Amino acid sequence: MTGTTHTTGPRTLYDKIFDAHVVERQPDGTCLLYIDRHLVHEVTSPQAFEGLRMAGRKVHSPERTIAVPDHNVPTTPDRVNGIENPEGRLQVAELDKNARDFGVNYYPMNDIRQGIVHIVGPEQGWTLPGMTVVCGDSHTATHGAFGALAHGIGTSEVEHVLATQTLIQKKSRNMKVEITGKLRPGVTAKDITLSIIGHTGTAGGTGYVIEYCGEAIRDLSMEGRMTVCNMAIEGGARAGLIAPDDTTFTYVKGRPHAPKGAAWEAAVAWWRTLKSDDDARWDKVVTIRAEDIAPVVTWGTSPEDVLPITAAVPAPEDFTGGKVGAARRSLDYMGLTPGTPLSDIAIDAVFIGSCTNGRIEDLRAAAEILRGRHLAAGVRGMVVPGSGLVRLQAEEEGLDKIFTDAGFEWRLAGCSMCLGMNPDQLAPGERCAATSNRNFEGRMGRGGRTHLMSPIMAAAAGVAGHLVDVREMMAQPV
Amino acid sequence: MMEKFTTLTGIAAPMPLVNIDTDMIIPKQFLKTIHRSGLGKNLFDEMRYNPDGSENPDFVLNKPAYRDAQIIVAGDNFGCGSSREHAPWALKDFGIRAVISTSFADIFYNNCFQNGILPVALPQDAVDALMRDAENGANARLTIDLENQVVIGADGTEYPFQIDPHRRHNLLNGLDDIGLTLEKAASISSYEQQAAQSRPWV
Ligand code: SF4
Repeated sequence: MTGTTHTTGPRTLYDKIFDAHVVERQPDGTCLLYIDRHLVHEVTSPQAFEGLRMAGRKVHSPERTIAVPDHNVPTTPDRVNGIENPEGRLQVAELDKNARDFGVNYYPMNDIRQGIVHIVGPEQGWTLPGMTVVCGDSHTATHGAFGALAHGIGTSEVEHVLATQTLIQKKSRNMKVEITGKLRPGVTAKDITLSIIGHTGTAGGTGYVIEYCGEAIRDLSMEGRMTVCNMAIEGGARAGLIAPDDTTFTYVKGRPHAPKGAAWEAAVAWWRTLKSDDDARWDKVVTIRAEDIAPVVTWGTSPEDVLPITAAVPAPEDFTGGKVGAARRSLDYMGLTPGTPLSDIAIDAVFIGSCTNGRIEDLRAAAEILRGRHLAAGVRGMVVPGSGLVRLQAEEEGLDKIFTDAGFEWRLAGCSMCLGMNPDQLAPGERCAATSNRNFEGRMGRGGRTHLMSPIMAAAAGVAGHLVDVREMMAQPV
Repeated sequence: MMEKFTTLTGIAAPMPLVNIDTDMIIPKQFLKTIHRSGLGKNLFDEMRYNPDGSENPDFVLNKPAYRDAQIIVAGDNFGCGSSREHAPWALKDFGIRAVISTSFADIFYNNCFQNGILPVALPQDAVDALMRDAENGANARLTIDLENQVVIGADGTEYPFQIDPHRRHNLLNGLDDIGLTLEKAASISSYEQQAAQSRPWV
C-alpha cells in the first residue's frame, strides 16, 4: 500500500489504515495523514471557509468534500419556505454559498437525500472501508462501522483539511473491546454501546482508537454497527471501528458513490485484508459477555451514568472521588431521588432519531413495539428520520402510519431535538426518553432532562408513560 | 497568525467538577454564529447566568476574585463532548489562556492548540494542590512556563508537565499549521499519485 513508513510487526486494523494514509512522518511520530473523505455541516464550517477566503486559498479536493446542512434545519414541512430563525437561516445560507463557491458535493436542505451528515455519508456510498473520514463533528466516529478511520475535528482542522486534504495527527493507542456470545432478546446495539461506556467511563477511551469485535458485534447489521461506533466518542475514544466483512460489502454495494465493476472487485479484494493480525498488540482490552448486557437507560447527565432498567437511581455516596459531587449535581438536575426504581420514572416526551438511532432499522424496531399501541396520556412523541431517504423508505413500508396512529409526530430529517439547535427542544424540567447520544445538562433544551436508551426502550417508555423494561411489553400481546 | 504562548502568570479559577463538557462551556444556542469572536460573554452560560439573564453570584467566574481569571483548574476529563471549537473560542474570548486538569477530551485538547490556549495535564495530587491554591482567592496566582514545561504554584512549588514537542514549538512561536502544511504540497501530490494507483476507487 501507499505510505512512506509502516508500523513494523503484527498490526491492528487501525495501524493498517493509518499506515496506508501517512504522507509524511516526523521523527517525533507526528504524521501528516491523507484524508479520503471530508464531511461538512453548517455549524462548524463557516469560520473555516471564511479562513480560506481571507487567505485566498482554494479547497484542495472539492470532489472528496461533501456538505449537508443538518443541525439547524427545522423538521416541520414548512421548512420548504425557509428557516424562520435568522441565525440558523444565515448559517445554512452560508453553507449554500460556500458549497457553491468552492464547488464541493452538496445536498441542500430540501433535497430528498439531505439528512444528518453521518447518515447521508454511508447512505450515499461516500464512506467506504479502509478510508480516512473526518468531519467537524465528534460523531464522525459513526463511519468506523465500515472499517474506516473516522473521527471528529475542530474548525481549525476543518480549514486545514479543506486547504490541504491532510491532517496533522499522532497515532493513538490501540484498544480492543470484545463482546462475546449472543445478545438476549430485547437487547440492542444501543445497549451494547451504552453498557461499554458504563463499564469504561467517559474517559475510558481517551487516547485510544477502539476496535469493536466479537460474535455479538459480527452479528449486528450495519445500522447496529453504526450505533455502536457512533458513541465511541462518548467513551472518550477518538474513533471506534469494526473490521469490514460481507455484511459491510452487501450494504455498500450499489450505493451511488460506491465503486462499480472491476473497481468494485479490486476494492473488495483490498477490504478483505482489513483486519487486525491475530498476534496484534493491544494497549488495552475490555471483554464483555453479550448475555450480561440488559436493556439499559441513563439516569444522570453523563453518558457513563448507565444502569440496567431493572436497577434503581443510585446515591452520590455510591461513587468515589470527583464523581460524588458530579452525581449529586446530576441527580439534582435530573430531579431524581436515590433508591427510586428506574422504571418508576415518569416521562413527558419521547424522541426517536439522531445519528445514533435515526436509521431505517431503528424506525422498524420502534414501530414494531408501537404497532397497535398508543402513547400514554400527556406524553409527546417525535420521530425524526435520519435522512430524507430513510423517511421515504419508512413511508413505503407504512411505518409513518404506525407512528402517527400511536400519537407520534412524523418529522422531516435533521438533528432535531438531539441538540435542540432548531425549534425542537425540551422545556425546562421536561423529561425525555431519547435515542440520541448525549444527556448533558441543557443538551435538548435548557433545563430539559434526557434519559438515553434504545429505540425499542424509548417507544415502550412512551406507551407506558414511564421508563419501562421493553421485554415486559414484548411478552404481552397487544 | 496565532497568538504566542510563552509564560503566563495569572489568576486561576477553581472548577472542581469532573466531566465539564462542551455543552457546559458553550451551550448550543451560541453555535449559530459564523464568526470566531464574541463568545466570551456566553462562556459557561447556563451556570453563569440565571434564567432571567442576571448573573449567578455563586458561579466562580462571577466572584470578584476570579473575574479576571486567565487560568482554570478543573476536574478530570475537561472538554468532553462535542468537537465544537466554539469552546476554546469562548474561553479565549473571555481571557482564559490555560486550563489545568488531570485529563482532557481529545478533540478539545487539539482545538486548544489551534487557538493559543495551553491545556496542562498534571497528576491528581498536583491538580489537587493547585485547586487548593486557586480556591484561596488572593493567592490564586499561578505561573505557567511553557518554555520550561513547569507550573509554579502560589507557594513556589513547581509542577513539571509533559507536552508534545511539535505542539510546544508551534505555541511558543505562534505558528499556524496550514501555512506549514502547504509547504509540503509536493509530498501530498506524490502521495495522491501513489494512491490513485493502489486505491483507484477512492
Ligand atoms: S444527530 Fe445529534 S449527535 Fe448526531 S450529528 Fe446531529 S447533533 Fe450531532
